[in-house]
Amino acid sequence: MKRGTASVTAEICRKFGNDRSRLMDIAIAVQERFGCVSHEAMEEIARAVGSHRVEVESLVSFYSFLSVKPQGKVVIRLCRDIVDWMKGYEAVAEAMSRELGVTMGETTPDGAITLTHTPCIGMSDQAPAALINGVVVTHLTPERGRQLIRDLRKHLDPQQLVTMVGDGNNEHPLVRSMVRNNIRMRGPVHFAPFDPGSGLRKALALAPAEVIRAIKDSRLRGRGGAGFPAGLKWEMAAGSPGERRYVLCNADEGEPGTFKDRVLLTECADQLLEGMAIAGYAVGSDTGIVYLRGEYRYLLAFLESRIEERRRKGLLGRDILGRKGFHFDIRVQLGAGAYICGEETALISSCEGFRGDPKNRPPFPPQQGYLGSPTIVNNVETLCCVSRILVEGSDWFASMGSSRTTGTKVLSISGDCRKPGVYEVPFGITPAELLEMSEAENTGTLLIGGPCRQMIGPDRLEGRICYDDLATGGAIVVFNRARNRLEIAEHYLDFFIEESCGHCTPCRVGLILLKDLVHKVIEGAGAPADLAEMRSLSNFIIRTSRCGLGQAAPNPVLGALEIFGDLSAGFVAERRPGLLPEFDLSKAVIDAELRVGRQSKYV
Amino acid sequence: MSRVTFTIDGKTVKAIRGQTILKAAEAAGIFIPRLCAYRDLTPHGSCRVCSVRVNGRIQAACVQTVAEGAVVESETPELQEFRRNLVDMLFVEGNHFCMFCEKSGFCELQALAYRFGIAAPRYRYLNPKRDIDLSHPDVYIDHNRCILCGRCVRASQDMDRKNVFQFVGRGSRKRLQVNGDSLSETDLKATDEAVSVCPVGALMRKRVGYEVPVGQRRYDGQPIGEDIETREDK
Repeated sequence: MKRGTASVTAEICRKFGNDRSRLMDIAIAVQERFGCVSHEAMEEIARAVGSHRVEVESLVSFYSFLSVKPQGKVVIRLCRDIVDWMKGYEAVAEAMSRELGVTMGETTPDGAITLTHTPCIGMSDQAPAALINGVVVTHLTPERGRQLIRDLRKHLDPQQLVTMVGDGNNEHPLVRSMVRNNIRMRGPVHFAPFDPGSGLRKALALAPAEVIRAIKDSRLRGRGGAGFPAGLKWEMAAGSPGERRYVLCNADEGEPGTFKDRVLLTECADQLLEGMAIAGYAVGSDTGIVYLRGEYRYLLAFLESRIEERRRKGLLGRDILGRKGFHFDIRVQLGAGAYICGEETALISSCEGFRGDPKNRPPFPPQQGYLGSPTIVNNVETLCCVSRILVEGSDWFASMGSSRTTGTKVLSISGDCRKPGVYEVPFGITPAELLEMSEAENTGTLLIGGPCRQMIGPDRLEGRICYDDLATGGAIVVFNRARNRLEIAEHYLDFFIEESCGHCTPCRVGLILLKDLVHKVIEGAGAPADLAEMRSLSNFIIRTSRCGLGQAAPNPVLGALEIFGDLSAGFVAERRPGLLPEFDLSKAVIDAELRVGRQSKYV
Repeated sequence: MSRVTFTIDGKTVKAIRGQTILKAAEAAGIFIPRLCAYRDLTPHGSCRVCSVRVNGRIQAACVQTVAEGAVVESETPELQEFRRNLVDMLFVEGNHFCMFCEKSGFCELQALAYRFGIAAPRYRYLNPKRDIDLSHPDVYIDHNRCILCGRCVRASQDMDRKNVFQFVGRGSRKRLQVNGDSLSETDLKATDEAVSVCPVGALMRKRVGYEVPVGQRRYDGQPIGEDIETREDK
C-alpha cells in the first residue's frame, strides 16, 4: 500500500463519523485523493465503518465516476449524448485521442491524463461538452480539444482552462464556470425575483396540515416527469408512522437532453432550499438532503455556501425564524455518475451508502424511504414551485397552465434548433410553438421528455405539453428530417444498456437483444418479421422490468416504429426463404482470405 | 391473523394479510415458477420469472403482497411466453452446458426449461467470457452458470451470518464477487447455506458431483413445482 493510504483513508472515514450510511461520501473523497478506491483502501474503509470489503466494492463498481483501478491525475469525460454527437462529438473525440496518443477509455502511459466518454452531462445547449475532473468545458471543437490537452499537459489543472466565465451565478467565485444559463424565456414561477424567507414565513403562519392543503389546492404535480400530485405525496408521508421523516431533493437530472435543473440550481437555489424547509415543516421532518448528480459537482461549494447563509439568517437550523421546536437542516449528497439514481428508490439507496439499485415497491418512500423512515422525494423544480406557491397563493398558481396540469414548466430545448436553452412556459403549450420559439426548422422528430418518454413525428406538433397528453420531465430534443429515427433509437438503447443497474433479467439481457435487432435493421439486414419482433420484445421488457428504467427504455424504439412509415421500405425487405439476411458471406470469409492471401470466389 | 381472499386464475385462495402472492399461492397448492425466490430469504425480485398479472398490472409475485379481492392471473399465454423469454434470456446470457453440468437434474433453470418445453433458446448466445474460481478447497464458483439471482448473497447474510458474496458492476457487467481476492480468502464453509441455495451449477461443492446418479435426480422423475401442486395438505 502507498505510504499513508491507510491513515488518510481512515481519516476520511472519521470525517464522516465512520458512518456506514455515508459510504458514498467516503468513497468519493478517497477517489478524489488517490484517483481510485483500491482494494487496500476498501479494506480500510470496511474496517472503519464496520462493513465488508466486498460491500464497498459493490458500491464503488456501481458508479462510473468511481474506480477500483488507478485513473489519470486528470480525467477527461467527453460527453457522448446524441446532441453532442450531432454537434461534432466524433471529430472532437478523434482529435483529443490523437493529441493524447490513447484511445477512448485509456490513460496516457505517464499516468497523467485519462480520456473517456460519459452520457449526457446536462450541457446539451452548449454541446459538445466535457467534464474534466468536474470542471465543465463547453462548445468544443477539434482545435479547442487539442489546445486544452496541450494546456493540461503543462499544468494538469483543469480549473485553469476556464478563461471565460458564464452568466449569472456561473461567475460566482465559488462556481467560476464557463457554463452559460441560456435562459430564453423567464416565467413568473421560477425566474421572477424571490425574497429568501418570504415563502417560509407564509408557511409558518399556517398549521402544517394547512400547508399541505395549500399545495393540494395548487394542484402541483411532480416536475420530474411522472406527475404525481405533490400534496398527496406529502400527506402520505406526514400520515405514515415513523420517528423521523426526511425531505429529499432529486437533483440527479440525468435524463439525456435535460438541463433545466442545472439552471435552477444555479439561479434559484434559495427558492429550492426554502421549498425543502417548507416541506420539512409540513410533514414534520428535521432533515433534508439534496442529491446532487456528480456531473454538477462544480455547483457543490456554491450550494453549500447558500445553505450556510440560510443558517446564518435563521432560515435553516434550529428554531427556524424563531419558531420554537421547528428544526430543519440540509446536507448535499453527491452522486457519482449513475443515471438510475434519478429513480427515487435508487436515489434513496445511494443516499444510504449503497449501490444505486432501485428497491422493491411496496413499500413506497412516503411509507418507508430513507433509512426506513417516511420520506418525500421531490424534484428541484417541484420544490422551487412550492416556495412560489406559498408566496403567491394556490389560486394564483392554479390559474396558470392547463386544466389538469397547473403552473408553468421549465423546459430544456436542444438539438437541431438555433436557440437551444431554458424556457419557462405555461403548461398546455404545443410542440409547434416550442419549435417556433427555439427557431427549429425542417423538424422530423421530436423527443418529448427525453428517451424515457416519447418520440413524436411532425403529425403531433399540435399536441399539448401536459401530463395528460405529452408529458415531459423537461427535455425537448429536436431532430431535423435528415436524422434517422432508428439510429436515434439505437443511440438511446446504448445509453440505457450502459445505465441499467442489471438487477432484473428483462432489462439486463432484453435490452441487448433489442439493440441487436435495431442494429440489424439499420445495417440493412432486417426482414419485416424483425419489426414485429422489436415490438413484442419491447412490450415484454416494458411489462416485466422492475423499475422505470426498463419500463421506459424501449420507448425510443417504439416511437421510431410508430413514425417509421416513410422509412420502413428502405430498411426491411422480404428475403428469399431459407436465407439469413444477417449473414454476410463476404464478411464471414475475411479471416480465411487473409490466411491464404487471396480473395475468395463465390457467387 | 387477519385473512384475505383473492383469486388466482379464477380459483379462490385464502391467504394471510401481508403474505406475498407467491407464498399464498404455494400454500394453496398453486405453483408459480420462480428462480430468485427461495423459502424465507428476503425477496429479491430480480429474475422476474414469477411475474403474474394482478388486477391488470404485471407484478413479481415474490414481492407483491396479497390484497382482498385481487384478481391474479398466472397461467395465461402472455405470461407463459414472458416466462419462457426470461428463462431463455438467462440461458443465452451465460454459458450453460446442461449435458456436461454436474448440477443437471438438480438445476432449477434446466427444470424450468423442461417444464416450459424449451428445447433450444430462441435468442442468440451472448457468449460472455467468464471465470471459474477453484481456489477454495471444498467449494468452487463457475461464473459461466451464474444467473445473478442473489440467493447466495442473501443466504450468506441472513442464514450464515456472514457476508461472503455481493454483486459488483452494473448492467451487463454485473457479476458475483466474493469478499476477498478469491473464494479461498473468504470464511465460506462447504456446509454454509449459501452453497446449498444456488439454483444452478454456479456455486458447487467439490467431490460430490455424481453421488446421485443421473436418472435419480430431483427433477429427473417429476417436473419442478409438482411437489407444490400435489401436496396433500393444501
